[in-house]
Amino acid sequence: MTELADGAWHRLHPATPLLKGGIALIAILGVIVANLRERLVEWFFPGVNCPPDVCEEDPISIILERYLLFALLGIVVVILVVIALFWLSWRMHTFRVTGEVVEVRSGVLFRSHRKSRLDRIQGINIARPLFARIFGAAKLEISAAGSDANVQLAYLSSANADGLRAEILARASGLRAREAADAVAAAEAAAAEGAAVGVSDAVRANLAEVARARLAEFTAPELDPNLAPPQSVVTMSPGRLIGSTVLSSGTIMFVVIVAGVLVAVSVGGAGFWAFFGIIPTVFGLGSYLVNRVLKSLRYSIAATADGVRVGFGLLSTTNETIPPGRIHAVEISQELLWRPFDWWTVKVNLASQSSTAGAAGQQSTTILPVGSRTEVLKVLELVLPSLVTDETRLQIEGGLAPARPDDGFTTSPRRGAALRWFSWRRNGFMLHADAVVLRRGAVWRSLTVVPTARTQSVAAHQGPLERMLRLAKVRLHTVAGPVTASIGALDAHDASALFRDAAAAGAVAIRSDRSHRWGSA
Amino acid sequence: MTDDAATASARLDPVPGEWRRVSPKYIVVDLVGNLVTGVIATVGSSLPAWLFQWGVWWWLLPIAVGVVSLVLIALTPRRVRSIGYLLRDDDLLFRRGIMFQRFVAVPFGRMQLVDITRGPLARAVGLAELKLVTAAAATGVVIPGLSLADAEELRDHLVALAETRRAGL
Repeated sequence: MTELADGAWHRLHPATPLLKGGIALIAILGVIVANLRERLVEWFFPGVNCPPDVCEEDPISIILERYLLFALLGIVVVILVVIALFWLSWRMHTFRVTGEVVEVRSGVLFRSHRKSRLDRIQGINIARPLFARIFGAAKLEISAAGSDANVQLAYLSSANADGLRAEILARASGLRAREAADAVAAAEAAAAEGAAVGVSDAVRANLAEVARARLAEFTAPELDPNLAPPQSVVTMSPGRLIGSTVLSSGTIMFVVIVAGVLVAVSVGGAGFWAFFGIIPTVFGLGSYLVNRVLKSLRYSIAATADGVRVGFGLLSTTNETIPPGRIHAVEISQELLWRPFDWWTVKVNLASQSSTAGAAGQQSTTILPVGSRTEVLKVLELVLPSLVTDETRLQIEGGLAPARPDDGFTTSPRRGAALRWFSWRRNGFMLHADAVVLRRGAVWRSLTVVPTARTQSVAAHQGPLERMLRLAKVRLHTVAGPVTASIGALDAHDASALFRDAAAAGAVAIRSDRSHRWGSA
Repeated sequence: MTDDAATASARLDPVPGEWRRVSPKYIVVDLVGNLVTGVIATVGSSLPAWLFQWGVWWWLLPIAVGVVSLVLIALTPRRVRSIGYLLRDDDLLFRRGIMFQRFVAVPFGRMQLVDITRGPLARAVGLAELKLVTAAAATGVVIPGLSLADAEELRDHLVALAETRRAGL
């Protein structure tokens, strides 16, 4: 058990103001250097003369000559005030973690006090931007449902952040018995990592020791191998990421535009200048590609005792743990050109909104940017453990393939082709004990899974055209996100049955759902 | 005969049962609302023909809008009669629409809050509107045309039920 979760008020990492203002500080220094370039050159290389019209009329020269004392005094006062304000703000920013809630108090003039219930946690994110990582600090964000409902603890020392997250998740899971075992394990881990817990002690002890610990932290694998069994870990190869990006619809659009411009130049004689229109786009695309790949190096998604952990990043790292029962819908989909390679992407709906971006520069709701069929099924198994069992695996896999007569899906009737021209054979649903599985699309294939324990409500629609064709549409309402679980062009009877069954399954699932205290079962 | 049977089965009716209908007084409220909207839309769409004198063809726009509004107004009584709700053991069912039918099932455990709102017209005839909010914005269940006493009773009943079936998000 980490000392930060003992129920008393604690302060953040002492370097917090520096880390938070780090970028601003560098920017201000940059502005000063850029503006005083001539003068700095003169200071450091006295032989090089300052152009006379610059140095004589320069307000800096006037200040230096006449008001040197006042200027120095002013600078000192400003710096002191800024430091005092930062120090005050750091001192007034405290947090505590009790058995039930996490609380944060902050602000100097305008005080704010935020209290968040542990059993309402939707996920915990630990981000380590490069600058903070060098200092061995990490940002911990506890997400709750709704917008701007997250509790952010920036910054904590890196090892403390991991310990605190484990502790918060253990408490949130309602697991009292495991706490003792956890405390022992945490103590052992702390002992093994040496100077990891309590940076200030280490500073006093030995600077070299600190440097060594920091280096160990920096070179440590992104995913601690003790955290998850290796067979539950899915990683992503950079080659596939590059390939999938190149073959995405955005890139294809770009190629089409370039080809169009080339044709216009060669045939229509639009003029050579048209090429210059493309150059910024080429650079933009290049930096987008590089960014995308760099950001998702060392990507991994793994099952831990307290939920799914998604981590990535080479220089700046991020990892998020989503406890069980916090995923409201899952969609496996595919870009058109990915089909020959059998690549898929996995998106989820979450009740909370994370302030950090996900892997590959995507939304944090894209939990697997690209993966093969086996990997995608494994991820589905991680996020919905009860859905993918040995019996259902074949059926779920059938959801990614073209329709077969006995694959368990109830599909659109022949007359559904009026509304689903190409996909009416594939367009269908399957009712599982714990989830509704929707299979859609022939050109852009997708498979949507909504756990019945997370469905908010169910709706059935029928418009005049659908009535003429004896068809109807069913929609499962979930929290807002990239996944919309609706399926149209179903036979009216099938739609009615799905509506009834999904509503009944939802009521049953609510009664038996204990996932907000996932560890107490 | 067969044609009738076909249309009967084509209509969506997933849960046959004794639907509770809304007060007939709501027809008046809805009529007035539709009338006001219709008049504003018709007058608004006639503005280009009126102010700019762009040509006779521009008068087709307000005529079309007016006809659509009239049809909507004529259908109001049927539309209001199609609104219904049904309390079951675990959820509330809501239905509305004739042309565009919509059925929604909201489990009691998923209700985040229950709202009662009253417009000036509805208040004049003693009606209120009940709105159910879940964590999904798409749920969108609003039961109009309840008498205030009914609405308050239903709200208290729903809140009490939601409390006993409370679950995570």
